[in-house]
Amino acid sequence: MNDLSTATPEQPPIVEVQDMRVTFGSQNVLRGVALSVPRGQSLAIIGESGCGKTVLLKTVIGLVRPTSGVVRFCGYNLAELSDRELTRQRVRFGYVFQNAALFDSLTVGQNVAFPLRQHKSESPSRIRELVLARLAEVGLPNSVISKKPAELSGGMRKRVALARALIMNPELMLYDEPTTGLDPIMSDVINELMLRTRNQHDVTSIIVTHDMRTAHKVADRVVMIYPVNRLEPDEPQLIFDGTPDELKACGDRRVLQFVRGEAGERLAEMHQASSDREPQS
Amino acid sequence: MERSPRRGLAASAQDLVTDWGTVVIDGIVSVGDLGLFCMRTISWLLTRMPRRETLLPNFYQVGVMSLPVVALTGTFIGMVLAVQSYGQFRQLGLETRLGAVINMSLVRELGPVLAATMLAGRVGSAMAAELGTMRVTEQIDALSSMGANPIHYLVVPRFLACLVLIPTLTIMADFMGVVGGYFFTVEVLGIDKHHYWHNSEHFVGVFDLLSGIFKSFFFGAAIAMISCYRGFNCTPGAEGVGRAATAAFVYSFVLILMIDLFLGVMINAVYDTFWPEGLSLI
Repeated sequence: MNDLSTATPEQPPIVEVQDMRVTFGSQNVLRGVALSVPRGQSLAIIGESGCGKTVLLKTVIGLVRPTSGVVRFCGYNLAELSDRELTRQRVRFGYVFQNAALFDSLTVGQNVAFPLRQHKSESPSRIRELVLARLAEVGLPNSVISKKPAELSGGMRKRVALARALIMNPELMLYDEPTTGLDPIMSDVINELMLRTRNQHDVTSIIVTHDMRTAHKVADRVVMIYPVNRLEPDEPQLIFDGTPDELKACGDRRVLQFVRGEAGERLAEMHQASSDREPQS
Repeated sequence: MERSPRRGLAASAQDLVTDWGTVVIDGIVSVGDLGLFCMRTISWLLTRMPRRETLLPNFYQVGVMSLPVVALTGTFIGMVLAVQSYGQFRQLGLETRLGAVINMSLVRELGPVLAATMLAGRVGSAMAAELGTMRVTEQIDALSSMGANPIHYLVVPRFLACLVLIPTLTIMADFMGVVGGYFFTVEVLGIDKHHYWHNSEHFVGVFDLLSGIFKSFFFGAAIAMISCYRGFNCTPGAEGVGRAATAAFVYSFVLILMIDLFLGVMINAVYDTFWPEGLSLI
């Protein structure tokens, strides 16, 4: 495994997570997570559903506050920032949500223009120009600008969400399951758009996914999270950290199982659970 | 099925104390959380006003769209008051005093409370459902991720709309109630018009009218805060959104009644201080 997590002294990591723990009530979601993302890197966070990938992504932007540990963005400890300072820093992020999270009450054009209207005092014609440019960048025609999100397909909504996330020229792009629920062709379109975004805008990307095609195509580093309740007490939660090519050569059975999409012992657990219930019924 | 073993009296008592303790602690936490939510809203309200384009749709929804239902509510309250009071007052030979009792009840109590209740159902539930859906579909997180504060963008405009327009709608409900009461008493029951207005004017003063409107500011603020808070803390799924909308109405209604009682006592104390003689119907 190469040392991708180490940033050079001249360029401090854009994101640094130290010994982070996140709990919701009595449920432990993340435990002792440490991660460092250098500028310009495309990092894919993989793992099965419910392992805490999205929670990790939300802690990076401060939408979820860690129970303990430190999350730094460009050296700022997010927990120490006031509401207003955090709001200011978030302009430097672009976040593409799993289900796009477009505002239902606004048109596509108003959705994409939203961050501009919040933070810049551009003229309406200039805003329209920028919105159309971003929509063209993600392959959407001018005609969608006046449509409501409900009138668009899943793939189009994801592309609008990408255009909205890019409108402020962010330094860090966060993608939450960008290809989930899309057909293979549209998934590949989104993968290409993520690659293009990275090449054209010189951004750092963190992509949460369980689509191995996305991880192989877009990422230059992959980390795998494993659910806390399946770990031994002292085991780290990040069970893999390396390049996409190293994934296939990894000796860890759990990583290989995920990469190959094999149910493995989960089938036996499922049979056990159903046989435990049978005598009661 | 395996039967659970019988529990002793001490263990059951312990469970009861634990359950009640949890309920009390959860209640205190919720009240504290709501208090912080209100403080953050007021802090944003005082430091940065929302933009016109976010304010206007909320003012339209709360004000214009509620007009018909509030007018109808007010009219019927006035007429129902006339129907209910007429029989009793006729027995005492005080029919001409109906104007005083109808209009006094309307402007001091029933107009503000029933208008607020109607608005808690129409506006409050809709707010909670809308914000709850935004929470469930991550639209509130999306707002935060784009550097917009959800309290400033979503709560402050709704709070202002309720604070300004619910008292305005209360004035409308009062007016329609007065019209409805007059119509039923004079046109249907045939009470003399001159005496009806003369008694109204004599017993109902500006203080009574203002005390009702004063209360409606608190009702408006309570509806906005409770509804937005329930929407923001909505649990996932369609059930969560439905529960948020229902809870918004129920808690708003309870709070309206509590505020009404508290302010009623306070306003009466003020009235007694300034006008110790008061006025009698007989």
